[in-house]
Amino acid sequence: MPDSDTLAFADRPAGSVGVVTPHVARFETPLALACGKVLPAYELIYETYGTLNADRSNAVLICHALSGHHHAAGYHSEEDRKPGWWEAHIGPGKAIDTNRFFVVSLNNLGGCHGSTGPVSHNPDTGRQWGPEFPMVTVSDWVASQARLADHLGIKRWAAAVGGSLGGMQVMQWTMTYPERVANAVVIAATPRLSAQNIAFNEVARQAIRSDPEFFDGWYAEHDTVPKRGLKLARMVGHITYLSEDAMGSKFGRDLRSDDLNFGFDVEFQVESYLRYQGDTFSTAFDANTYLLMTKALDYFDPSATQGGDLAKALAPAQCPFLIVSFTTDWRFPPSRSRELVDALTRAGKAVSYANIDSPHGHDAFLLSEPRYDAIFSAFMNRAARELNIAETGGDEVGKDEASLEETQ
Amino acid sequence: MRADLELIYDWVPEGAHVLDLACGDGELLETLANNKGVTGYGLEIGHDGINACVARGVSVIEHNLDDGLSSFCDNSYDQVIMTQALQALRRPDKMLDEMLRVAEEGIITFPNFAYWRHRVHLGLRGYMPVSKSLPHAWYDTPNIHLSTFNDFEHLCREKGLMIVDRAVGVGDHQGHWKSRLWPNLFGEIAIFRVRRR
Repeated sequence: MPDSDTLAFADRPAGSVGVVTPHVARFETPLALACGKVLPAYELIYETYGTLNADRSNAVLICHALSGHHHAAGYHSEEDRKPGWWEAHIGPGKAIDTNRFFVVSLNNLGGCHGSTGPVSHNPDTGRQWGPEFPMVTVSDWVASQARLADHLGIKRWAAAVGGSLGGMQVMQWTMTYPERVANAVVIAATPRLSAQNIAFNEVARQAIRSDPEFFDGWYAEHDTVPKRGLKLARMVGHITYLSEDAMGSKFGRDLRSDDLNFGFDVEFQVESYLRYQGDTFSTAFDANTYLLMTKALDYFDPSATQGGDLAKALAPAQCPFLIVSFTTDWRFPPSRSRELVDALTRAGKAVSYANIDSPHGHDAFLLSEPRYDAIFSAFMNRAARELNIAETGGDEVGKDEASLEETQ
Repeated sequence: MRADLELIYDWVPEGAHVLDLACGDGELLETLANNKGVTGYGLEIGHDGINACVARGVSVIEHNLDDGLSSFCDNSYDQVIMTQALQALRRPDKMLDEMLRVAEEGIITFPNFAYWRHRVHLGLRGYMPVSKSLPHAWYDTPNIHLSTFNDFEHLCREKGLMIVDRAVGVGDHQGHWKSRLWPNLFGEIAIFRVRRR
């Protein structure tokens, strides 16, 4: 692992929200899902950063991508080695400035990091949900997020923000609850997957489902984990998240030792890297959740109900959009973002679009890059100005707790 | 506002839906939105300009004009504006066609190469002109298709376009009688409003 992951807490760079504690919200009202099933009750785990202002107008929703969760910024303890997944953009003075905004980040329904999902228990059977957890879609997630907003007393998000699959949730928000989104930021996303995207997802799913330890999704009851399948799924995914250039400059054709072995053990550095990434992921992520989330990606296509006309589908949206893509992203290339931009202009919506030059492929949305940071900040600053959001006086950890108490 | 922008401000009708090609920092669109309820988009390729637009709340789309306007539908705007970009395009003539496909009316401004100071530079001194409207050295200029009032009018005639209005920008004293009388000689910046017939 890189050295930066092992910094002592005191040495960490300024601009972090610091130590954060997740909250859990329980919902007893049944949620009707797009698949036709009903989830009688569920829990969502979420984190908040910054302070909710008196008129509750400064809340920003962060929607996560495929393997993401509620821990978007800060650290869980002083010993924690890694910050949340979007530390680059959430914190005091960053694009999503916690001196101004109150940030809410959650783990989606069907996730495996604390929200109700396949690893939770099904109250009807007393068993783990496992493969019987109902299929969830982007619109189901948005419906459940709206309830979380109600729970927090937030009528309208100052901004809904997300990258990749998170960007799809933001799009859905603007269509389902247009009056509840003041601004939308959609990064490295697409209004619908291409056949190639779906093909990659299917390879990942087949890798998991063909693992002998998958047991049709009942692996927990067999006391196993389909690690090999998950590892392969992640390796395939990971290749699509990086650009050829990024991989080339990171590993080239470097060998681990001077001589070729003429065998199938790890010889090239890139093989070693992919195996490491796959191994780490296979012990940290639930296979059934991976299957669900890739399906949610595949299903997303708001234009489908409008005869393929995305502009028509986006007609209800009311807020200004910022759309960002990255030049070397081949998972969701700039042309896919441009489809969304063109539909928004056809629909006459306020939209700005930037295509950021980055060598990092799809993963660029997670990283800091001067031009990306600048345009993201410019959009959020203007949003704060138009909504009359003043600085809430620092980002003292714990302050958010007090403001939340009132709402519950 | 920049002199040529001030001149075309009056040509944009209240509440119009416009496309501003090479919109720069978005000043024109912001002024039009605030004072005339104009809606629309700016297209820009410069990073600083895009940022400035986003910061002031102007809708801006990163787009290289040399790629054409194929993503914009026929007659989807009231006006298409292009200030000081015609001369930097690979095919200004094709852009003119595109502009008048997307909207019935177009406003175009560009540096007039036949401006007397430019003529002096080239004709008497033998150097490529460098001026306020053509600030670049010949080896480091984005301007690859320089033209004059007469050239542009000739192109409009060839395309069967109607010139609705013509104005001149000359440094700080625009509208001077000499430049109105002899724009090709005394006009530093050419400003045209054209329509499909």
